[in-house]
Amino acid sequence: MTGLGMEWYLPVIWSLLLAVAIAMYVVLDGFDLGMGILFPFAASETEKDQMMSSVAPFWDGNETWLILGGGGLLVAFPLAYSIVMPALYLPVIFMLLALVFRGVAFEFRHVADTSRFLWNIAFAGGSTLAAFFQGVLLGGFVQGIKVENNAFAGGPLDWLTPFALLCGVGVVAGYALIGCVWLVMKTDGAAAARARARAKLLLPAVLVFMGIVSLWTPIAFPRIAERWFTTPNLFYLAPVPLLTLVLAYAVWRWLEKGHDNLPFFGVIGLFLLGYVGIGVSIFPYLVPPSLTVWETAAAPASQVFMLIGTIFMLPVILGYIAFVYWLFRGKVREGEGYH
Amino acid sequence: MLARIQFAFTVSFHIIFPSFTIGLAAYIATLELLWIGTGHERYHRIARFFTKIFAVSFAMGVVSGIVLSYQFGTNWSHFSRVVGNVIGPLIGYEVLTAFFLEATFLGIMLFGWNRVPRGLHVFSCVMVAVGTTLSAFWILSANSWMQTPAGHEIIDGVAHPVDWLAVIFNPSFPYRLAHMVTACYLTTAFVVLAVGARYVYSGRYPEDGRTMMRMALGLIAILAPLQAFIGDAHGLNTLAHQPAKIAAIEAHWQNEPGASGVPLVLFAWPNEAEERNDYQIAIPHLGSLILTHSWDDTFKGLKEYPRDERPPVAVPFFAFRVMVGLGIVMILVGWLGVFLLWRHRLFETDWYLAPLQHIWPIGFVTILSGWFVTEVGRQPWVAYGILRTADAISPVEGWAVATTLALFVFVYGIVFSGGIYYINRLIARGPQGSAVEPPEGVPSRPLASAHKATRAAINHPGE
Repeated sequence: MTGLGMEWYLPVIWSLLLAVAIAMYVVLDGFDLGMGILFPFAASETEKDQMMSSVAPFWDGNETWLILGGGGLLVAFPLAYSIVMPALYLPVIFMLLALVFRGVAFEFRHVADTSRFLWNIAFAGGSTLAAFFQGVLLGGFVQGIKVENNAFAGGPLDWLTPFALLCGVGVVAGYALIGCVWLVMKTDGAAAARARARAKLLLPAVLVFMGIVSLWTPIAFPRIAERWFTTPNLFYLAPVPLLTLVLAYAVWRWLEKGHDNLPFFGVIGLFLLGYVGIGVSIFPYLVPPSLTVWETAAAPASQVFMLIGTIFMLPVILGYIAFVYWLFRGKVREGEGYH
Repeated sequence: MLARIQFAFTVSFHIIFPSFTIGLAAYIATLELLWIGTGHERYHRIARFFTKIFAVSFAMGVVSGIVLSYQFGTNWSHFSRVVGNVIGPLIGYEVLTAFFLEATFLGIMLFGWNRVPRGLHVFSCVMVAVGTTLSAFWILSANSWMQTPAGHEIIDGVAHPVDWLAVIFNPSFPYRLAHMVTACYLTTAFVVLAVGARYVYSGRYPEDGRTMMRMALGLIAILAPLQAFIGDAHGLNTLAHQPAKIAAIEAHWQNEPGASGVPLVLFAWPNEAEERNDYQIAIPHLGSLILTHSWDDTFKGLKEYPRDERPPVAVPFFAFRVMVGLGIVMILVGWLGVFLLWRHRLFETDWYLAPLQHIWPIGFVTILSGWFVTEVGRQPWVAYGILRTADAISPVEGWAVATTLALFVFVYGIVFSGGIYYINRLIARGPQGSAVEPPEGVPSRPLASAHKATRAAINHPGE
């Protein structure tokens, strides 16, 4: 790249926007998928109702960020989209099917009587599998994709590695954690107490997964080691793991002290730090390890056209989403639903 | 081929739900506005009832829609690369302007009944309706561009946008949008009509059932014939831009030397191998009359196109006849119903009400037929004149596609039967208003309120 013209800035802006969309998705759908992962551990059917009511008004909007993630990749980086999707074909489809099950379970469970337990299973199973395959996708993406002539050139099971499976389990644990702290914030009584106890179990587990991934990636992928462990990068990047540890400790203290809201926002912070860590490892590659954001970018005219819309629409969207969260603020009491 | 079957399956499954929810959102918004405007608790009760059905259908639409946004890449990666610059932003705008709007305000619409002021609830319903319609706007723009591409240039085999207005408002888009949105309203109207007929016929919730029937019939009597005109205009537009599709729809192989005008083939068995129709029943000149609005003008027959640029004939030919046939049924049902309403006999005419309970799928079948006509008729192209379907496919091995196809059929089978089962259960439970309808009017004058409701339905069809 010579000169820093529009061809340089646009893909950078778009990769940041896409990163924001995916981060929004991971946090927002993270807690409602996590709530689904915790579903089988609920003590009673009323507690299940309470858990579901806590996310019912939001889940549709939360999953829309996933469409924006996929759509955004197509809009801004069609070449990357056309390589990543076939490469991760099976986990993408498995994740989508799992989301289908859990999505309809929200509504079906509400209408069902005798078959309700089936939709409980569909909801919990769908949520857990969707989280697992999102982790697998993350792993499959980080470990790299085989590309020849600007097209995917590997087999349908290339993604299936111990690293990807580990990421899958890690994401399940992470979503379960954010689901727990969501319930601490949004429910009361026995449900909240149980969620608080579980959060304290899950928090160390999630830290362990983050630690393993942080060590595994630089050992297995030299390009990532080079990014982190050379000067001066080392000094700029050192705060990321340090802040993670400090924040994890703070979340632990907040849970101990009985804070309701702080743990949730603390865990969001942990997620974002982990996310930044992954971003640092990968950027500027969009199809690691071969194609960068610039090589896969859409035509500038397409990126500009979409950027204009995004600049106007994103604040509006964030505004009315915030409004709905404010409208349904407060705790969902036991036996209370919005229906 | 498997990837095509899979996509056809998931997209056909998906389209059922939006075509219902676009109309239903508008209907619920209309009901709520009527509720605010007239204060009749009846409208509130019906709105609340259909909101529950809306929730189930919308959930199925959302989850099957998420699948599609990824299948462009998993199944059609080469398509994404070649036309992504043009199609991508249209889908992006759909997400930004429509999906977030409808998904977010849906939360208030479903769960806000006791939590927000009445005005805000009505506003949310209107926003959901606006969102679903905007969504139709963008996705149909993208689809129309694939049918009649405009405003782009091809550089190194990849489409680049030149003029966005020309891309969005490409030649077939206004016709397709009008045709599809009207189709959605008709589909919903027939579901509402069938539910209303079920209540009136069985004597459960007769008051609500009558309101549903009046509103639906008023809309159908106007929109069904209007749809015939829109469809005709759409057909002429297709003849101008995709003449091979029209030739396939009409199973028109060649203009006979010496004969003038194109006949209209009522029935035939298109024989693609020998390039002729078997068992043909045709009316001379009618084809010319419909498509060129003249007695003698002709249009190109299929034989004038090279074999590898012809669409398959049988699917567009038959699907088109199903669509038009059901459209005629819709017009007749609508007019007959309005006639009976006018003669004060609608709610007592059992021979009309009894079969009407089961008419709800008519719109869905018609819409699916219409999509088969236009999508199969576009073949062998995925983006007309730019990219062939055969070249658009992803480099994924056959067994992987076969596995996921089986999974899709399995999962969608469960979800679809579950959806139908639970929607039917909601209908069986019926509208249960928290408030009791205050007595209004006198039973001897049911027509006054009938006229009012019908007028209201006609005056606010788009809200």
